[in-house]
Amino acid sequence: MTYERPQANRSGRRLHLSHGPINLILEAAGEAHAVEAAYQRAIAAFDELLEALVVDLPVLRKPLCGAPVSSPVALRMCAAVRGIPVFVTPMAAVAGSVADYVLAAMRGEGLRRVVVNNGGDIALWLGEGEGYRLGISDHVRPGFVGMITLDAACGVATSGWRGRSYSLGIADAVTVLARSAAEADVLATLIANSVDLPDSPLVQREAACALSPDSDLGARLVTVGVSALPDANVTKALDSGVACAQGYIAQGRASGVFLCLQGQTRVAGEAFALE
Amino acid sequence: MVKQRVESVVEGKIRCDACPVLCYIAEGRSGACDRYANEGGTLVRLDPFTILEQSDQAVPFLDGSDWDGGIAKGGQVFVTAIGAGTTYPDYKPAPFIVGQTYDDVDMVTVVTEGIFSYCGAKVKIDTDRYIGPERAEVRVDGEAIGHVMTGEYGSQMLSLGGVHHLTGGSKKEGRVTCDALLKLCNRQAVTVKVDEGAEVVLQAGAPPVVDGVREERMRVGCGSATIGMFAKQWVDHVDEVVVVDDHITGVLSEHQAGKLLDVKPTGIKVRGRKSTPGRYFQVANPGTGWGGTDITDPLSILAPFKPKDAWAGMRMLMVSTTGEQWGYFVLDAALEPVAAELPDALRLSVERIEENCEPSVVSVLFMGGAGGSLRAGVTENPVGLTRSVKDALTHVSCGGAPCYIWPGGGITVMADVLDMPENAFGYVPTPALVAPIEFTMRRADYAALGGYMDAVRPLDEVLGEAERREAAAAGARWPMDGGNFRGNL
Repeated sequence: MTYERPQANRSGRRLHLSHGPINLILEAAGEAHAVEAAYQRAIAAFDELLEALVVDLPVLRKPLCGAPVSSPVALRMCAAVRGIPVFVTPMAAVAGSVADYVLAAMRGEGLRRVVVNNGGDIALWLGEGEGYRLGISDHVRPGFVGMITLDAACGVATSGWRGRSYSLGIADAVTVLARSAAEADVLATLIANSVDLPDSPLVQREAACALSPDSDLGARLVTVGVSALPDANVTKALDSGVACAQGYIAQGRASGVFLCLQGQTRVAGEAFALE
Repeated sequence: MVKQRVESVVEGKIRCDACPVLCYIAEGRSGACDRYANEGGTLVRLDPFTILEQSDQAVPFLDGSDWDGGIAKGGQVFVTAIGAGTTYPDYKPAPFIVGQTYDDVDMVTVVTEGIFSYCGAKVKIDTDRYIGPERAEVRVDGEAIGHVMTGEYGSQMLSLGGVHHLTGGSKKEGRVTCDALLKLCNRQAVTVKVDEGAEVVLQAGAPPVVDGVREERMRVGCGSATIGMFAKQWVDHVDEVVVVDDHITGVLSEHQAGKLLDVKPTGIKVRGRKSTPGRYFQVANPGTGWGGTDITDPLSILAPFKPKDAWAGMRMLMVSTTGEQWGYFVLDAALEPVAAELPDALRLSVERIEENCEPSVVSVLFMGGAGGSLRAGVTENPVGLTRSVKDALTHVSCGGAPCYIWPGGGITVMADVLDMPENAFGYVPTPALVAPIEFTMRRADYAALGGYMDAVRPLDEVLGEAERREAAAAGARWPMDGGNFRGNL
C-alpha cells in the first residue's frame, strides 16, 4: 500500500508541513543558520510522526487504561489527559501534542522565537524580551473581539462545535491559554463541552459514530447545529462554561480562557483582554 | 470525480488509504483531513486534479464559425488548473508547468489554482420582470452579497461578490458572499432577495425563478414592439390584432405601425391605462397567464364592439407576447367575437413570435483579477506575464474555458462557468474563491518573459497525476488553437 508522503513546502519565512489530516505552519526567527537548522530538525521529526502515531490510535481512542503507547506524540497525548475526572480520551490532545512535539524538536541555540501552528492549536517558545500578539475574532463582527500578548513558552488552543473535531457542547469557540498546546487542547475541548444547554430542542445532535465510524466519542451525541438562541439561554450556557473554566484555572492548569457563543463573549482568568 | 481504489468496505463505510490514518468514512461524510470523502460508496478526492480531453465530438461537424478547415485534432489533452493546488503566498513556481507539442510547436502551459480575493460574478437574468431598483442590495441570508446593476435588453443584470463584500464587511457578510459565489460558479442554485424587489432563484444555465414563478421564455419585445415587428405580415390577413403583455399591450389598428399601413379603425376598447395610441399599460394583474398577466380568457380585457366602427365578419387575432397563447375570432351579426380556425398565414406569424422568444436562462460569468503573487508563480518578473497576455503571446483560460481579458492594466478575466468543467471552483476561509487559471504560450515566449524553464515538466509525466478527465465543452475554442496567439502558431 502506498500512502501520500509527508510534504514540506517553504513559504517565505515559514515552513508548511502536511501529511494526511495534519497541517503545520512553522515560523522560527533568529540567526539565519539557526533557523535553517531548526527547519531541518522539524522536517526530520515530522517525517515519521504520523506513521508512528497511527500504531497507537486504537489505545488513544479510549479513555486512559494503562495500555502502553510508544510514539512520542502519543506519550504527550496521554500525559495531557492524566488526572482529568470527566470523560476524555487522549485524542482530545492530538493537535496540541503534535505542535508541542515539533516545537520541542525545533528549539536550539541562536533562535529568538519558534511558533508551531497546527490548524489553530499553537505551541510557542519565546526568548527573552520576545512577545507574540494573538487576536481572536468571531464570525459575526469585523476585527478582533479578544486580544492576548504572550511572552513565554506556552500553548493556545481553540475548540467548538463548528471546528473540525466534534464537540459535545454548543460553544462557537473556546480558546485556552496553558503551559503547553497539548494541555490547552484538552482544556479547550472540555470547557467547550461544558458550554451547553442539555436537552434543548434548539440544539441538533447526532451520534459521533454515525458521522465518523472511527470517532473516539463512540455513540455520544455531538452537536451538528444550533438554532438562534434567546439571550438568556446564551448567558446560561456560557455561565456553565465559565464555571468549568474557573475550576481549571484554580488548579493552575489554565491561565486564561476566552468563550464565545452567538455573539456573546466572556473571559475567565487574567490572560485575555476583551477588545 | 475520480474513483480512488478502495481496499475495504464495512457496512457501507469505506476505508480511505490516502494516508496512514486509514479513516473509515461513512456515506456522505469526509475523512479527518476533509480532503477525501465517501460519495455513494466510492472514495473521492474533493479537489480532483483535472485534465481536458479534446474528442472528435468537441469539434462540431460543418460548424463554419470556428472551424479552420483542418482535420479535427482528436486525442489532444490540456492540463487544467482544477485541483492543481496553489503555491500562494509563495514566490515559487506554480504547481504545474507543462511542456507539450501542439501542431509541431513547443508549448508551455502554466497551471495554478488562483486564490481570488478580488473576484465575483456578473449575472444576466433573462426576464423582463421587475426584480428591484438599480443599486438595490442583493441579499442571501440577510447579508448583502452584491447589487442590481441595470436592465439590459430583455434581461436584468446583477453584480455579485467583489472584494468589498468578501473582505470589506463583516465576517458573516464575507462568508455568505463566498458561499453564494462558490455555489453559483459551480452551477448550483442560489436564492437571492433584492431589497424592495423580488426573490430570485439563480442557477447558471437554468431558467430564473422570480418570486416563485419560473420564467420560460424571453419576450421578443413588449406588445407594442411585437405589433411593430409583425404588422406587415398581418395586414393582408386580419383586421385587428391585440398582443397581450404584462408591460405594454399593443393594438394594431391604433398603433403607429397600423396607421402607416392604413389599417381601418375597429373601435376596439381595451381595458387598462392608455399610454400612446395603440399601447396600454396594466390591462390586467401580473400572473402566469397570457403574456405574464393573470388573463386566461383574452376577451375579458375587451369592451363590447360598437356598430359605429366594427362590422360583422371582422377578423381579430389575439396573441401573447411569447406566442404561447393565441385566439382567432370573427365577429358575428351581433358583433360578438366567435372563435374560428386560425388561417395558415397567421399561424406562421404566431409561430414566429414563439420562435423569436428564446428560452430564459441565467448566465453566470466569473470575473477575477490575477494578482501579483499568482503571476509570480509564472515568472520572476510578474509584469512580464501581463505584457505577454496583452501582446496576445500568452493565452489565458479558466479550467480550459476561453476568457475575456479586460483592457487596461493587470489581468482581469471573465469566463462563462458553463464553459468550464463542473465543480471547478473551491474556496479558502479568507474568504476568497479558488479558481483555476492557465497561461499557455510558446516555449520561446515563456523563456522570454522570465519563466521558470527548469520547472517545465513533460506532459506525459503530469498526466500520470491526473485524477479526473473531462471532455472539452463542445464548440469552445481549444486553449492551444493558433487563433489564440499573435501571428498564429
